[in-house]
Order: sequence, then structure tokens, then C-alpha cells
Amino acid sequence: MSAELEALGAKISGALLGAVTDVKVAYGELTLTVVRERWLEVAAHLRDSPDCLFVCFIDVTAADYPQRAERFEVVAHLLSPKYNRRIRIKTPASEETPVASLVTLYPGADWFERETYDLFGVIFSGHPDLRRIMTDYGFDGHPLRKDFPMTGFVEVRYDDEQKRVVYEPVRLSQEYRNFEFLSPWEGVHYDLPGDEKASK
Amino acid sequence: MNDQTPAPAKPESQGLRNFNINFGPQHPAAHGVLRLILELDGEVVERVDPHVGFLHRGTEKLMESRTYLQNVPYFDRLDYCAPMNQEHAFCLAIERLLGVEVPRRGQLIRVLYAEIGRLLSHLLNVTSQAMDVGALTPPLWGYEEREKLMVFYERASGARMHANYFRPGGVARDLPDQLVEDIGAFCDPFLKVVEDLDELFIGNRIFKQRNVDIGVISLEDAWKWGFSGVMVRGSGAAWDLRKAQPYECYEEMEFDIPVGKHGDCYDRAVIRMEEMRQSTSIMKQCVEKLMRAENRGPVMAPNHKITPPSRGEMKRSMEALIHHFKLFTEGFHVPEGEVYAAVEAPKGEFGVYLVSDGGDKPYRCKIRAPGFAHLSAMDFLCKNHMLADVSAILGSLDIVFGEVDR
Repeated sequence: MSAELEALGAKISGALLGAVTDVKVAYGELTLTVVRERWLEVAAHLRDSPDCLFVCFIDVTAADYPQRAERFEVVAHLLSPKYNRRIRIKTPASEETPVASLVTLYPGADWFERETYDLFGVIFSGHPDLRRIMTDYGFDGHPLRKDFPMTGFVEVRYDDEQKRVVYEPVRLSQEYRNFEFLSPWEGVHYDLPGDEKASK
Repeated sequence: MNDQTPAPAKPESQGLRNFNINFGPQHPAAHGVLRLILELDGEVVERVDPHVGFLHRGTEKLMESRTYLQNVPYFDRLDYCAPMNQEHAFCLAIERLLGVEVPRRGQLIRVLYAEIGRLLSHLLNVTSQAMDVGALTPPLWGYEEREKLMVFYERASGARMHANYFRPGGVARDLPDQLVEDIGAFCDPFLKVVEDLDELFIGNRIFKQRNVDIGVISLEDAWKWGFSGVMVRGSGAAWDLRKAQPYECYEEMEFDIPVGKHGDCYDRAVIRMEEMRQSTSIMKQCVEKLMRAENRGPVMAPNHKITPPSRGEMKRSMEALIHHFKLFTEGFHVPEGEVYAAVEAPKGEFGVYLVSDGGDKPYRCKIRAPGFAHLSAMDFLCKNHMLADVSAILGSLDIVFGEVDR
């Protein structure tokens, strides 16, 4: 299974010279990392090439890695019903660099890209209607960014005097407590202060 | 309704304006909190702009600050018509990252409850689709059966809806024999009810007039729009993840995939009816297997770094007590990596894209809800249909706002 996927990955990156920077097979899933400028070209190849035929659109989303130079990773999942295969393509992006929209190839990408824009602030160029979708009318910020607090900034309540819903800054009677239960002997690896050389 | 400008006196010279109406967010046929902005030319729909997000709770954000075990109940609250099917996708994603194998009995119970979930969802959808086009009786009949199924949920997990029953590594607890027998006894009378429902409205003239050739989508378009489940089967693809990419013990279950020909609302309703029969047959097979002696045994993987030890063990073994304490405070650690796990939920492909950084909480968890993709095609499906068809199409899309808005 994974050998077959590796062969497919190699074939795709061979057909699109320079567009695919990384081919990875993990947990039985094929992941291609793509140069941002050629995002659309790769998707078109995956959809139309006779040995790919990933005609079914599944998902577009992103993940936020604030420590990276280009903090977002835009991730798309596609499915080939004919070969019964899935593929994942990724490309890095930042707040300013737009990613080409997949709407022309897959109309279903419309809302998924709107959602990604809404929640992360990734810009999709060529999208016909890049509005917010999930958050409130007039919402400010991109909630799924790692620097956006889980509790948010505003809360709403119905004001009986004004006879309407009003927005107010979030007031917590107790600070949100983020429990870190990570054991020192397993889990996320971190360098002890002054001990950075030990792990190298 | 807004934008009710008075009709121009001389239409020829002033030009006709299209009429915009607001459908929802509190309309009984909007299936929850959908707001549709409809642009009408006479009674013909020119453009639909669905506004969603009224039920957005930020599940994905909340999940990033909770442990994996604490996150399972959030999945019940997505598609609340079939809660356990959602949990299933999340558990499969975690299990794939952890490399845990679910014991045989656990798999059978999961399949059994996933099919109960399918019945719950289809019963609600098919009958309320009939209600959307004017028939009031079918939902009342459907709710009666749903009630029985919810009792099965309750007897297994303690909750009628928000079960939190599937856990990474298996299911929360074993089923009592009496419950398995009762589920077996439910199946045959239920098939009779499906027959009754079928006679009640599937063959009905008005139901046909309102659904045949409405909301037609070709298979090619269905794939492009990201459709899945009944929506592609209605358009003629024999595509079902339970057969195509089997998970758990679906491989050994015998069932057929009903396929439509026309891709219209009527085909989709008929397919859902037939899927209920197939699900009942899978349930029967599960019940029969669960009663066999060789399928007795644990329902959770024996690795107590991931699954809690039994209560009895905890009273005696110090190690079990430590495991229990660590599991419910710190949770378990999931190795670094990313997976996409999908199940054939009643509404289509429900997927979970899970990114782990090796910690005890998901780094990113994207929930791919089938209803979201289906609803996004609303404009495409409704264009040039009559206003009355909008609610028929909406009914056949099978959307639930818990999962669309997340």
C-alpha cells in the first residue's frame, strides 16, 4: 500500500518538475508539499491526469504555526473514487501571501476557503466571494490563530434598557486556567534552560 | 422579509426589480438556524445566498485546549441526529496515530451503534423531508421509532443523545446481554415500520410531484462539489466508505449499496429508505455475532496508558490507580503526525483531520462535515427552481446545523 503511494508521489513530482518540494507517506496517507505559486497547477494535474483522477473534493483547511516564517500551512484533501485513493496537498502561506483559490477546479472549495479565510486570515486569490462565513456579522480577528485567546475578546448579552443585544469586552470572574499536566518524563520534548546542548 | 419596495407603476419603462426575501433563520423548514437570502424573479429562484454560522461554537478552537478524552463529547454535539458516528471518526483518527487495535467485541459494538445512528438520522431526515413538502404524519411515526433507538443509546451509555460512548481504544463499557437481545428483537418489527412508511409517503402522488426531478445533480458535479454519502449515491455512484475503505469489521458484514439513477430529491429519499433496511440487516448480523461465545471479551484495548483500567483493578493495584489518575488528569500523549480519518456517517463522509504535536491535546483538529459541503451547493442546486422547491431541496440535502456550523 505505502509502496504504491510512494510510487504515485514520485510520479506526480516527476510530472510537475519543481512544483512538489516534499513527498511523504505516513500512516498510510500520501502528503505532497507544494510550492505556493504552483498550487493550482498541481491541483489541476491531480484532478485531470489519467493516473490520478482525484475528482472528488474533500476539504481545504489550514494549520497555524506562529514560529515559522510563513506561519500558515494550507492543507487540501482530495479523493479519487476511481482508484479509491486519498491525497493531501499542503503549501505554506503567510498573512500577506495569497494562495490561489481552487474554486475554478472544484466549486465545492468555495465555502471551505471562505471558512479558512474567516478563521485563519489566509487570503485566497481568485476566489469569487471571499467573505466571512462562520463568525458573527462584523466580527474582528481570526479565531483559529494560535495567538487568538480561546475565550475571545467580546461577549454578547441582551440589554433590557436598550432593548437589543450589546457587545462587551469579555470579563472573566476567574482567569482561564490552562492546566499543563505534561509529565517531565514523557510527552512534548523541551529543552531545559541552560541544558540546550544536551539534546544536540 | 425585507426590501418590499412598491411595485413600479410602469414596468416597461422603469424595469422590473428582482425580489429579495429572507428565509430564516427562524423558519421551520430551515432545519435549524439557516438564513437564506433568496433573489426571486417572480416565483423563480435566481440566486441563493445561504448565511450560516449562527450556531458556530468554535469547536475546533475549544478542542485545542482540551485533552483528547475531553474532546470526545464535542463530537456528539455536531450532528446531533447521529452522535456516535461522529465520535467514531475522531476515535479512528486517534487510534491510527496511536497504532491501537480495537478488540473484536468493541468493533462489533461500534458497528452496531453506528448503524443505530444511521437509522436515527435517516428516520428523522426522510420523514421531515416529507414534512417539508406538506405531509405531517410521517415525522410522528418516525419519532416513535427514534425514541426506541434512543433508549438503546441510553441503556448503553446513560445518555439519550450525547453519548460519549466510543472512546479511543474501544467503547466505554460492555453491553448487557439483555440489551443485545432487545436490539435484536427491535429489528424485524422495525422493518415492518419501514414498509409502512414506504407506503405512507414514498409512493404518494404529492410527494412524487414535489420531489421527482427536483434538485438534480450529475455525478461529475457531485464529486466536484465535494458531495458524499447519499448525495453521490443518488447520482449513480456505488460509493460507500463502508465498502470502499472498510473500517472496523464492516468487511465481514453483508449489505448492499442502494444507488439512484436520476440524482434528484426523490432518488435520495428512496435510497435513505433502502439504507435503513440495509442497516437493520447489519444490526441483525452484529447482534448475532455479539451473542456468540467467541466474541465475548474486552471492549477496550488493554493498553492502560490509553484506556482506563477497570474499577475493580483500581481497588487492588497501585499501578492501575496511577494509570487512572494520569489518564483523567494529563490524558494520553499522541505521537506527532497528521491523519485524516473518515467514516460513512449517515449524511455522508464525516472526516477528522487531526494534527498532533506529540502532546496531550490536539494541535489542530479540522472537522470535515458532509452537510457543510452539501449546503454550499445550495445556490447551484436551487437556481431556476421555484421558491417552493427550495425547502424540498433543503430537506433532501440532509443538513444539521450542529455539524455545518461546528
